[in-house]
Amino acid sequence: MKVLVAVKRVVDYNVKVRVKADETGVDLANVKMSMNPFCEIAVEEAVRLKEKGVASEIVVVTIGPKEAQEQLRTALALGADRAILVETAEEVGSLGVAKVLKAVVEKEQPGLVILGKQSIDSDNNQTGQMLGALTGMPQGTFASKVEVAGDRVNVTREIDGGLQTVALNLPAIVTTDLRLNEPRYASLPNIMKAKKKPLDVQTADALGVALTSTVKTVKVTPPPTRQAGIKVKTVAELVEKLKNEAKVI
Amino acid sequence: MAILVVADHNNSALGASTLNTVTAATAIGGDVHVLVAGTGCAAVADAAAKVAGVSKVLLADNAAYANQLPENVAPLVAELGKGYGHVLASATTTGKNILPRVAAALDVDQISEITKVESADTFQRPIYAGNAIATVQSSAAVKVITVRSTGFDAAAAEGGSAAVEAVATANDAGVSAFVGEELAKSDRPELTAAKIVISGGRGMQNGDNFELLYKVADKLGAAVGASRAAVDAGFVPNDMQVGQTGKIVAPQLYVAVGISGAIQHLAGMKDSKVIVAINKDEEAPIFQVADYGLVADLFEAVPELESLV
Ligand SMILES: Cc1cc2nc3c(=O)[nH]c(=O)nc-3n(C[C@H](O)[C@H](O)[C@H](O)COP(=O)(O)OP(=O)(O)OC[C@H]3O[C@@H](n4cnc5c(N)ncnc54)[C@H](O)[C@@H]3O)c2cc1C
Ligand SMILES: Nc1ncnc2c1ncn2[C@@H]1O[C@H](COP(=O)(O)O)[C@@H](O)[C@H]1O
Repeated sequence: MKVLVAVKRVVDYNVKVRVKADETGVDLANVKMSMNPFCEIAVEEAVRLKEKGVASEIVVVTIGPKEAQEQLRTALALGADRAILVETAEEVGSLGVAKVLKAVVEKEQPGLVILGKQSIDSDNNQTGQMLGALTGMPQGTFASKVEVAGDRVNVTREIDGGLQTVALNLPAIVTTDLRLNEPRYASLPNIMKAKKKPLDVQTADALGVALTSTVKTVKVTPPPTRQAGIKVKTVAELVEKLKNEAKVI
Repeated sequence: MAILVVADHNNSALGASTLNTVTAATAIGGDVHVLVAGTGCAAVADAAAKVAGVSKVLLADNAAYANQLPENVAPLVAELGKGYGHVLASATTTGKNILPRVAAALDVDQISEITKVESADTFQRPIYAGNAIATVQSSAAVKVITVRSTGFDAAAAEGGSAAVEAVATANDAGVSAFVGEELAKSDRPELTAAKIVISGGRGMQNGDNFELLYKVADKLGAAVGASRAAVDAGFVPNDMQVGQTGKIVAPQLYVAVGISGAIQHLAGMKDSKVIVAINKDEEAPIFQVADYGLVADLFEAVPELESLV
């Protein structure tokens, strides 16, 4: 079974971003970029499926700028077999991404598509579900366990109340949650080998996808700041403040 | 045009977050209709009909909707949604699972987790773990939106008298099945609805030590949450995670115990009214957002707190 993994290049999770003075977005100049952490978990899951003999080939795909080749190379170093960059300088919304992924799915015919549950920049949490609607495939979102059995996959999902398990017909979509696995680090020899693995560059146009959006960003502003608080010296002082000053207990 | 709110429920009770979503719908303006899709869920429809500001309830009762499988529910919502200007759902794991499928079926972008309605087409939503607020405008014929409950007050659960109307239902798509569920059982208030939340982090050291927090919580009527590190380490289950990628809470009082205050954790609690931090490291970033900080060993401070409240 072929597994398709969608990865996104995002601001590294350790970076505290700043809003640009002209309110057009956040300042990305000289900021460390990485693979979205949920996508790392997606790549890891695919690699484990291959190690178990369930997956035969892992294809990674990203929609993004030329620089996103770095994240594809990382995925190749982690164990993906080949990569596709659908290159665009524009920022693409989740629906646009899902449409491109649908075109790639039609071409590649994977048995399983693994995505992250959420990009840590847009915090959208949409793309996998949208790909589900566009392809008619079932989805197991926020996965903490994935078990392929014959022509089905059982997915355990992290839901608000606890855990839920669903059985999906293949081909299916999985989106990863934090507890699905702990991604490995790429070894130096694998990083070297990854440089020789195939990386195909395409455009959305060539795939016949128009990247229009019904949502535009009017402005981006900093969040409200909290007033600096105080340090209390004892638990008794804390309780006194909570009772008489803040009046919350 | 009217607004369709997709109810969050478990076939027997209306989810509290739906009340916040109704308030968001009211802020947009227009008739507010609530869709209850489920099975044997007439009681939920009756509850929705009583919510202040709701003018109609659509009841879609079909075994295919029993477990909110998105493959079955999304086509129904998309079909009904065509007749509305907006389709809203709470940003619960159920809403997040279903609504993007609805948006794509309608060929529109979705706006996730709005925290403010500026006008019928313009909304605010946090991005980058809440480190920036985006104001976005939608030109979609049907605006598909999930609503972050902490951004909106709950609508009154009583006071409305909407009519309940049964609607035609779609079929089981036949591609997915519900296998089972392990739901956390707790007598404490629900994390996202509690007035007081006490959360523990890696500093708690193990799951047994969370008992210290449960004791304080029970005295205060509080819910107990956790950081990702505490969940990953297996101290407590995943449904207790507060943060960018867990639950978003904004209680009257949030007490962070043995939590360093990573941006991903702050994203889930920094809109709380009063924040208390108990941490032995006076440099911990959590103190930057805390109204009251106590530099102390939690194993001494928490039992003392329990005895004093
Ligand atoms: C993609 C992604 C998503 C994430 N999502 C979330 C999320 O939703 N929620 C979340 O919380 N995190 C999230 N994280 C993780 C986040 O970055 C931090 O790693 C995590 O919040 C740290 O948890 P912690 O504060 O409990 O642990 P630590 O950072 O290890 O802090 C432990 C704290 O306990 C204190 N301490 C230790 N012993 C004691 C004692 N005896 N008495 C008092 N204090 C003590 C220490 O001084 C320290 O400050 C995410 C990370 C990524 C990459
Ligand atoms: N530009 C992109 N290229 C490839 N995959 C993407 C892109 N944007 C989002 N995804 C995938 O969709 C997941 C969820 O993203 P989102 O819906 O944007 O929160 C990510 O973790 C990726 O797996």
